[in-house]
Amino acid sequence: MDLAYYYELWRGMMLSKDPAVAAEWWQVFFVRFYQAFLENDRWQQYLRGVGTTLCVTAIALCIGVVLGVLVAVVRTAHDQQRPGRRNVLLGAVNFVCRVYVTIIRGTPMMVQILIMGMVIFSSSRNYTMVGALTLGINSGAYVAEIIRGGLMSLDPGQMEAGRSLGLGYFDTMRFIVIPQAFKAILPSLGNEFIVLLKDTSMISVIGGQELIKAARDIINRTYDAMFPLIGSAVIYLVLVMIFSWLQGILERRLRQSDRR
Amino acid sequence: MIDVKGLTKSFGNHLVLDHIDQHIHPGEKVVVIGPSGSGKSTFLRCLNLLETPTSGSITFQGQEITDPKADINAVRRQMGMVFQHFNLFPNMTIRKNITLAPVQTRLMSQAEADDAATALLRRVNLEEKADAYPAQLSGGQKQRIAIVRALAMKPKLMLFDEPTSALDPEMVGEVLAVMKELADEGMTMVVVTHEMGFAREVGTRVLFMDGGKILEEDEPHAFFAHPKEPRTIEFLSKVL
Ligand SMILES: Nc1ncnc2c1ncn2[C@@H]1O[C@H](COP(=O)(O)OP(=O)(O)OP(=O)(O)O)[C@@H](O)[C@H]1O
Ligand SMILES: [Mg+2]
Repeated sequence: MDLAYYYELWRGMMLSKDPAVAAEWWQVFFVRFYQAFLENDRWQQYLRGVGTTLCVTAIALCIGVVLGVLVAVVRTAHDQQRPGRRNVLLGAVNFVCRVYVTIIRGTPMMVQILIMGMVIFSSSRNYTMVGALTLGINSGAYVAEIIRGGLMSLDPGQMEAGRSLGLGYFDTMRFIVIPQAFKAILPSLGNEFIVLLKDTSMISVIGGQELIKAARDIINRTYDAMFPLIGSAVIYLVLVMIFSWLQGILERRLRQSDRR
Repeated sequence: MIDVKGLTKSFGNHLVLDHIDQHIHPGEKVVVIGPSGSGKSTFLRCLNLLETPTSGSITFQGQEITDPKADINAVRRQMGMVFQHFNLFPNMTIRKNITLAPVQTRLMSQAEADDAATALLRRVNLEEKADAYPAQLSGGQKQRIAIVRALAMKPKLMLFDEPTSALDPEMVGEVLAVMKELADEGMTMVVVTHEMGFAREVGTRVLFMDGGKILEEDEPHAFFAHPKEPRTIEFLSKVL
């Protein structure tokens, strides 16, 4: 039941101008639609899928932000040490952070999910949580690089001004550097969040119960792929659009200190 | 007040400061001049350890601040620094810029710091800008704010690194006026500048730096009237 099938039906309808053919086309359309969304209350399956998708996104986001901030702070603090005062422990932690970022960014997300689901946590039945954990660990590496970029891009004069006033490194970070870096990286963070939301679809390969898994279960029952998949695509699109709108509001609020 | 002995700084194998010895007494207004790249900024930044000296020692009020065990935040609280590019915090209002450090270092409560900020702003005639953001100010206004922000910490010594070099000419005067007033109140100051008029009028001692060394120093009148070193004469002939 692919697009070509619907197209052939539709072409037949347009060519024949026979109301009976048109009626048949509409009938097929409505039956498929009914089977995909309404029969046996299937819309509830999508709804549960969306709920899981959002929940997985939220969990992965929390893990990703915590990991990302930790890694970014370690790496930036390491790079900003005063020469001659190198801290060995910080050097070791920094090395671990670099290995983490390199591995995560150097391997495909799909492979990471398969390894986590089928090798590391192969005995776990909680596929959704394994998926969320994987996404969080993956996202952490990207968030770390985004944050680090934001911290590095800030005028070093800001750090110097804070330090020259007698504020310590972490106070200067907290009050001066991080708020400005946050504003600068908000668009990239928003982007990362959108990627994360869409990448949750991949955890269905290890059995995570999210939206695409629901759609695939329904395809297996109705033997029609078009409506469930296009329906899922529309749902993702709407979620992303809502989020982009919220992000725009936040960015406008943060820009208030730029007004002249 | 500040005693510099054998101060040396290299970036990689580029020697920027070459065994500098200096003593700065309380109340002095030391003006540092010299060609670009001669190490003036580096010298100033070593004084509050924004740059870590490669070797040599700096003693501030009897405490060796180059000692790795010295509390450099405590030392910096006693030295204000004003930068060429102001370095105001763009994410905060002017009032917050001024009160942040005194409050966070527990020098003052928020209420005391707010009062101090109001007094300082009145002093530079910028009271009405307390709730503005730095982006809304002119360069001259920003630099006056940067000066009072440093003063809010009640420093014993003020360091200025070319405070007027990034300003439009018509704004230089208002900033120099604030610095002159500060000098008249007896503040100890080290000023890197290209404003020879200021050096002559406000300075008590002029240092000429070249190639990482202090080639010549004197009280301003004698310095400008009778420079001795050929490099100094050449430099002055270009800038005066
Ligand atoms: N962080 C740094 N890393 C490497 N080299 C540096 C650094 N800071 C300064 N230098 C070099 O040290 C030398 C002295 O620099 P400095 O900024 O002290 O000169 P300056 O006298 O202040 O010059 P200007 O009048 O242009 O401000 C220059 O050659 C500069 O390139
Ligand atoms: Mg300089």
